[in-house]
Amino acid sequence: MDFQLSEEQTLLRDTTRDVLSRTYDTESRLKVVDSDLGWSRDVWNQLAEIGILGLGFDEDAGGQIEIQVVLTEIGRRLAPEPVVHAALGPGALIAEVGTAEQRALLDEVAAGERLLAFAHSEPGMRRPTAVVTTTAAREGDSWVLSGRKNPVLAGDCADTLVVSAALPDGGTGLFVVDAAAVHRQPYRTFDGQRGAQIDFDRVAAEPLGEAVEASAAIGHTLVRISSALCAEALGAMEEALRLTAEYLTQRKQFGVTLSKFQTLTQRAADMYVSLELARSMTLYAAMSVADGDLDPTIAARAKLQIGRSGRHISQEAIQLHGGIGVTDEYPVGHYAARLTAIEHTLGSSQDQLHVLVGQLGDYEVVTV
Amino acid sequence: MQQEAAMQLALTPEEAAFRDELRTFYRTEIPAEIRERTRAGAEVSRDDVVTSNKILNDHGLAVPNWPVEWGGKDWTPTQQQIWLDEMQLASVPEPLTFNANMVGPVIAEFGSQELKERFLPPTAAVDIWWCQGFSEPEAGSDLASLRTTALRDGDSYVVNGQKTWTTLGQYADWIFCLVRTDPNAPKKQAGISFLLIDMNTPGITLRPIKLVDGSYEVNEVFFEDVRVPADQLVGEENRGWGYAKFLLGNERNGIAQVGRTKLRLAEVKERATANGLIDDLLFAARLAEAENDILALELTQMRVASGSKGGKPNPASSVLKLRGSQLQQNATELLMEVAGPDALPFGAGDGIASPVWAQRSAPRYLNYRKTSIYGGSNEVQRTIIASTILGL
Repeated sequence: MDFQLSEEQTLLRDTTRDVLSRTYDTESRLKVVDSDLGWSRDVWNQLAEIGILGLGFDEDAGGQIEIQVVLTEIGRRLAPEPVVHAALGPGALIAEVGTAEQRALLDEVAAGERLLAFAHSEPGMRRPTAVVTTTAAREGDSWVLSGRKNPVLAGDCADTLVVSAALPDGGTGLFVVDAAAVHRQPYRTFDGQRGAQIDFDRVAAEPLGEAVEASAAIGHTLVRISSALCAEALGAMEEALRLTAEYLTQRKQFGVTLSKFQTLTQRAADMYVSLELARSMTLYAAMSVADGDLDPTIAARAKLQIGRSGRHISQEAIQLHGGIGVTDEYPVGHYAARLTAIEHTLGSSQDQLHVLVGQLGDYEVVTV
Repeated sequence: MQQEAAMQLALTPEEAAFRDELRTFYRTEIPAEIRERTRAGAEVSRDDVVTSNKILNDHGLAVPNWPVEWGGKDWTPTQQQIWLDEMQLASVPEPLTFNANMVGPVIAEFGSQELKERFLPPTAAVDIWWCQGFSEPEAGSDLASLRTTALRDGDSYVVNGQKTWTTLGQYADWIFCLVRTDPNAPKKQAGISFLLIDMNTPGITLRPIKLVDGSYEVNEVFFEDVRVPADQLVGEENRGWGYAKFLLGNERNGIAQVGRTKLRLAEVKERATANGLIDDLLFAARLAEAENDILALELTQMRVASGSKGGKPNPASSVLKLRGSQLQQNATELLMEVAGPDALPFGAGDGIASPVWAQRSAPRYLNYRKTSIYGGSNEVQRTIIASTILGL
């Protein structure tokens, strides 16, 4: 058992932190988020240079622990670059089931030259599942897809889509689609990120690997993405608490700093407890994936804790700040928004709890 | 960047072998009836604790946290954690905490060679059953305001005052006390000493305090002109506050009770499966969440253990105490929920339709409200976290 980062992992963390904090303060971040794209190509290229956009599928780039380390930094800075949704998530899927030719796309992804999106969620889908209503049909030698995907995070800017669709003979297959061929309605999410609704009306598609049942691979990817999102949430929680503690030592009321009021410091201590529990479960999820254990139960466990801790920390961070906490100009409200958005991606806390309830009868004593 | 061997969730092969060895030991060497009584959560029996403690001590497993010279093991924090977790999972009564975690380490760290030789072997073997004389009626969370005095008179101290919340004092042979030896010290922390007192000394009276669940676990101890030989002072006079802080840091280790809470939740599941409550989603969701909570705490404990160095009290141990007590309490609430109306009869035995476990569930729930109060109340833990970790 070892929870310490290696030297290289520590270096990766520091480098990422450095790049992001050089680029983003509250004001510059808001400016970038308000741009058409919603994130910075320049930062994207820097992340590619460090090797971050190939994590998890470029064999030299490192695995889930490195993803954990990087995403925590992204969460800490609220960097808007869609590292998970436009690169790492769908990239891992292509790496797992794609043909040699399709895997060659990943070099462009890692280099920051090609943006991906995983078009999987559909209207009415709540919990992570591989069952979809979008259909794949054979037309002669080729395939066409029909259906609606929403929300597709990073779907607004993707060059290439990885799409899940029901196969004619049952099961869910995966297809690669040129994003220029679909109808998409791009939008902002409430936390300033980007997504799209994508409609497929008999759109030409190429099977990712073979046109065969791919539910297992989809499950693996959802677990990987979930772990990465937990890591991002951890960084956001850390910073939200740091900002709150700092504010309590600076803001004065009744002639003294807020840190003199136990009613506030006791609550800050509870936020710290929530943070440490979240850290433990996040590391648990990442270390499990790194060990090759892509277990959806572990993903649900971690995401439930992140949901609870994120809700607690973001609400208290705002409350302990007071009015400034709900303004646009001050960052803490934006951390709350991001944490809320993460909780609503890949199933809410209640959805995770459903997964766990369904398995209560499978064991006596709960164990790691 | 190649991934290295760092960040490993799994136990090393050596740690796994260590765990398996202990798992077998606890289940074969500690009598099954003792473990069964412990699992059922009956009131602590002196005999069971002593018997179990002696078996552990005979195999060198009672005080692994002590210096090697006095029976310690020089284990890694992870090994210490495995030793405790496996013991709890096997429902083995833990080594008496007053001996193993409190006074033993203090004597080993601060006592004279003579005190060590006199007290450490019988303390490890529980030939002496110790109790703790810290809290007083006017000194709870504000422990340093304690008023029990010990005035030097020749070769003795004369002790006057009152201690309270003395857990299992009714079984105790000796008591370790914080006493005020210098009433005129500039700071109230500066005039306190750490004194060892034989409970049979004339002038000591013990009065049991009945708890809300009907149990007797704690006592008041009164001292009236009690003459204590001066060679039973630990360390230096007026330095007792430092020794007490050292002791309290150790006390919080293991206080999370992760293993026991996991067993309690397994019992909740077993009972709820038997009576069908598990099929109620409202209940199942609470249980699933409680399991997730204990897992998060267990992983936190693993992180603290694998990251702690040099046996220094880690402020993160306040997190373990705070959260551990909440989860212990939650488990008792869940079991009481499973019992439903069968929780109402009390001590009616097995002749009625309400099973004995159900009859015990509400008293235990009430009794366990203590866990967020003792060992430094949860408010004290939050203050420690706020000041030492968050800088508030």
